[in-house]
Amino acid sequence: MLDKTGIAKRIAKEVKDGYYVNLGIGIPTLVANYVRDDIEVEFQSENGVLGMGPFPFEGEEDADIINAGKQTITTLPGASFFDSSLSFSMIRGQHVHLTILGAMEVSENGDIANWKIPGKMVKGMGGAMDLVASAENIIVAMMHTNREGDSKLLKKCTLPLTGVGCVKKIVTDLAVLEVTDNGFKLLERAPGVSVEEIQKATEGKLVVEGDVPEMIL
Amino acid sequence: MINKKVANVTEAMKGVKDEMTLMLGGFGLCGIPENAINELVKMNVKGLTCISNNAGVDDFGLGLLLQKHQIKKMISSYVGENDEFERQMLSGELDVELVPQGTLVERCRAAQSGFPAFYTPAGFGTEVAEGKETREFNGKMYVLEMAFEADFSFVKAWKGDEAGNLIFKGTARNFNPAMCGAAKITVAEVEELVPVGTLDPNQIHIPGIFIQRIFQGEKYEKRIEQRTVRKRN
Repeated sequence: MLDKTGIAKRIAKEVKDGYYVNLGIGIPTLVANYVRDDIEVEFQSENGVLGMGPFPFEGEEDADIINAGKQTITTLPGASFFDSSLSFSMIRGQHVHLTILGAMEVSENGDIANWKIPGKMVKGMGGAMDLVASAENIIVAMMHTNREGDSKLLKKCTLPLTGVGCVKKIVTDLAVLEVTDNGFKLLERAPGVSVEEIQKATEGKLVVEGDVPEMIL
Repeated sequence: MINKKVANVTEAMKGVKDEMTLMLGGFGLCGIPENAINELVKMNVKGLTCISNNAGVDDFGLGLLLQKHQIKKMISSYVGENDEFERQMLSGELDVELVPQGTLVERCRAAQSGFPAFYTPAGFGTEVAEGKETREFNGKMYVLEMAFEADFSFVKAWKGDEAGNLIFKGTARNFNPAMCGAAKITVAEVEELVPVGTLDPNQIHIPGIFIQRIFQGEKYEKRIEQRTVRKRN
């Protein structure tokens, strides 16, 4: 079973040379720490920066340079700033190659719910609906089950949707899965996790073909 | 040169009245029109509809207007980090329209650009699309979203000149450029107001044609919401 860092490490392997990548808040933010350093990748933040670098050194924070999580950041050589309209042109226009975000639920046809729980304070969708409606390649980073132990990989989402039929791949603490026309196809198992355990934690249709390899981190 | 300079924030805010719809630039607390917000608090105008990506925090930004119950409706994409907002929303005092961030900025830009509406894929199949026209283009579904209509737009830039030309800094640019010229009157406040001819025309982000009033802002606090740093070695 993986922890959050493990999920981030596995997803980092999906980031390829030459990719422009948008990272959501939470586990996705950690992905930047584990991308191979022999490839060139630029991170986009939808509030208007491409070429994000690490957090600033203490005393060098600039209130005018933040990411979409409102954290102070730095920029790398080659970075650029732009307005929100151009930022979402990059997203809706599919110039950003890969979007990595968290989710509360994903259904077997690729629907995603990650912005609203009825009866609780709704904070808003931010840029999530634009991102999921547009990105060619969307990877969801999440735990396989919620705190109550219920599966988050469902036949049909129960929470209000963020987008329909958009998720391509899911990396959880238990497995790597691909969304296919037939359901969640099991691609890899987390170290020490059996197919049966994954099956038990998956409410939606799980497609298992042949021997499923263990992840290499 | 058509001079857009006004003496101070009081003059810049002339004509703002109860029940008006206002656009306010900024993302979180980054690039917000601090002087205009403080003046709105002083003027005590009520029943405002505010179009802004966020709603500030309890004691800064639009949170200051919320504390005084000056806002009747917020149109935003994300409204976390504000307890008073939550209280007013749950008690029904405050009406809230949540709009996907890319749609929010484009509804401003459409108003700026003379488009009455546009199609976007964002929100299709979700409650955001309920009651809206949808249409298929090349096998993909889109939602029709309308341009905003607003009375005033308040934006904040780094540098500006008396002709109203603006230059923004870093990610403080965010929603500000799309709100310029998107309301009947656009008021720009700048950290540094310079004489015409000082700014390089090649470097202007927003030409003065979109701006009706410009003034030199004062005492920018530029509060940081999430101070994140790393240690040296």
